[in-house]
Amino acid sequence: MLEVQNLSMRFGGLLAVDQVSLDVQEHEIVAIIGPNGAGKTTVFNCMSGFYKPTGGKILFEGKEIQGKPDYKISRLGLVRTFQHVRLFSRMTVVENLLVAQHRHLNTNLLSGILKTPNYREKEQKSLDRAAYWLDRVGLMDMANRDAGNLAYGQQRRLEIARCMVTEPKLLMLDEPAAGLNPAETKDLNQLIISLKEDYNVSVVLIEHDMSLVMDISDRINVINQGRPLASGTPDEIRRNDDVIKAYLGEA
Amino acid sequence: MAAHNLKHALFCAIVTLIISYPILGFNLASEGIDVTLEGAKTSTVLGVLLAALIVFLFQLYRDNIMGSLRQLPAVNPLANRKPMEQSKRLKLESTLLTLMIIGALIWPFIASRGAVDLATLVLIYIMLALGLNVVVGLAGLLDLGYVAFYAVGAYSFALLSQYFGISFWFALPIGALLAALFGLVLGFPVLRLRGDYLAIVTLGFGEIIRILLNNMTSLTGGPNGIGGIPDPTLFGMEFGRRVKEEGNTSFHETFGIAYSGEHKVIFLYLIALVLAVITAIAIRRLMRMPVGRAWEALREDEIAAKSLGLSRTAVKLSAFTIGAFFAGFAGTVFASKQGFISPESFVFLESAIILAIVVLGGMGSQMGVILAAIAVTILPELAREFSEYRMAIFGAAMVLMMVWRPQGLMPMRRIHIELKRQE
Repeated sequence: MLEVQNLSMRFGGLLAVDQVSLDVQEHEIVAIIGPNGAGKTTVFNCMSGFYKPTGGKILFEGKEIQGKPDYKISRLGLVRTFQHVRLFSRMTVVENLLVAQHRHLNTNLLSGILKTPNYREKEQKSLDRAAYWLDRVGLMDMANRDAGNLAYGQQRRLEIARCMVTEPKLLMLDEPAAGLNPAETKDLNQLIISLKEDYNVSVVLIEHDMSLVMDISDRINVINQGRPLASGTPDEIRRNDDVIKAYLGEA
Repeated sequence: MAAHNLKHALFCAIVTLIISYPILGFNLASEGIDVTLEGAKTSTVLGVLLAALIVFLFQLYRDNIMGSLRQLPAVNPLANRKPMEQSKRLKLESTLLTLMIIGALIWPFIASRGAVDLATLVLIYIMLALGLNVVVGLAGLLDLGYVAFYAVGAYSFALLSQYFGISFWFALPIGALLAALFGLVLGFPVLRLRGDYLAIVTLGFGEIIRILLNNMTSLTGGPNGIGGIPDPTLFGMEFGRRVKEEGNTSFHETFGIAYSGEHKVIFLYLIALVLAVITAIAIRRLMRMPVGRAWEALREDEIAAKSLGLSRTAVKLSAFTIGAFFAGFAGTVFASKQGFISPESFVFLESAIILAIVVLGGMGSQMGVILAAIAVTILPELAREFSEYRMAIFGAAMVLMMVWRPQGLMPMRRIHIELKRQE
């Protein structure tokens, strides 16, 4: 459903991403790994429209999306999280989820000011969806706390829930396990698998936690210094000599 | 122990002297056509010296004084209380609001004409501050030229009535819509700007509008302003002693009561009250709607908001437009109240005062903003006795407020939303 072809991104004299290609099929979890500064997040930023790539194509469900504004790409169903959690910290947890659903609540101003039955019904639906996902990620009891006051692991989960209420087709997670303890990482592991199995969402993730990556990924792409190094199933990657040299470390 | 404080205390005392002596210690006296400088009375000089001494001693023993102050029992028993239950708080708030509105309705019939006139001004400031609260408090866009939209509203009514004879009731929506249009127009060039840059551009916009009004003499009368703006009518009834427009009747004749100038003042006050209540309710609803949450999301994190599919353009423009709309409302009422407007009324100081109201009240908090609007408008009137020091007192109050309660009189509280567990 997503196809990245020969993506390049140049910042002045620096070629941060050079001819990277990858593809994501429906119902698949794809990981992007590589050493720090390899250009993984830059690839993400190009895919989600934060950067306008200087070369290459990005196809989502057969349509070219490179260079489209970020909010339009997100509306197509390609939603991302961030390396450093970006919540609306002075809004409550449930409000964070309601903001994300503005598209489902596409009503005009007047019907909202007058509280028409149609508006109420839509509002109730988005509240129910928010409640469902809060329950799903175990934050129901925190619903009315300020998002900024949550523990870090909870903020991570809230960010994923916030993406999920937009009903995305493809979820892009930028280092979802960063800063989590082993138990939390395990929960996240199960959550991501369940997103794929139960909600039919494809996932692209950047991650440094190798056990997580190897456990849940269907396929892995390795990037080194902006160039693609290898791609394949976790087993293939584990055995690939180039990857071992560049990233996993030589014994 | 006080030794290391000595240098600091001496410095503070000297600063006190440098600041206050030239201001209080000399007087200008006119002798014929010349002005000469005279020393002030001995008592004043002694007062200044005494003040410097007090500052010196306080700074010298500051640690001791602050320490013993801290040991005093808390003066304010409310300071440590737990936040109230949501349901209880809402009940209290709605009771208070009802009382306030009832009080506001009775007010014109018990207060003097001057007090009612002042209350009308308060209501105009409430409308302005509630509108600016959308832009600054909710959307987080620092707008220093807000008075421009107020001017657009006022001048729309003045010009429409002068050239086309349009009455208050038609001009009200037109003025508000025109102001909203200007908000939209200003919104476009500043879409990419944030923080300081945005503040400077909006400041410039406010000045452009004022200078345009000042210089388009043929249309706006320039600095002479526009006079003879008609009063609002009640179903074709005028409030003047004699009917000015054909087809209208006069209020006091229709009801068979003696003419009184107060009728008009009270009527205007009631109009302002109704409009202020409408403004408050409309914005209250908007805050709880997707568009209101989008404003706040944009303030909190623009990048995250965009990643969730919020269009920065739409969200920012809607904030500017809606904020400007209510300023237009207020402007029309103002023009009608004054009967005469000139660019003098729309200087930067007005923008600054409206912004001060929003900050003092607590960004984003409607109750806070309303209270602050009342305080900021009425306090200078009460302090007329100290006319010379009025602005100094105002400034000092602002500084103290920001030191002790930077979040404002009544900081915004988030509403609790009850959720049902989904199966």
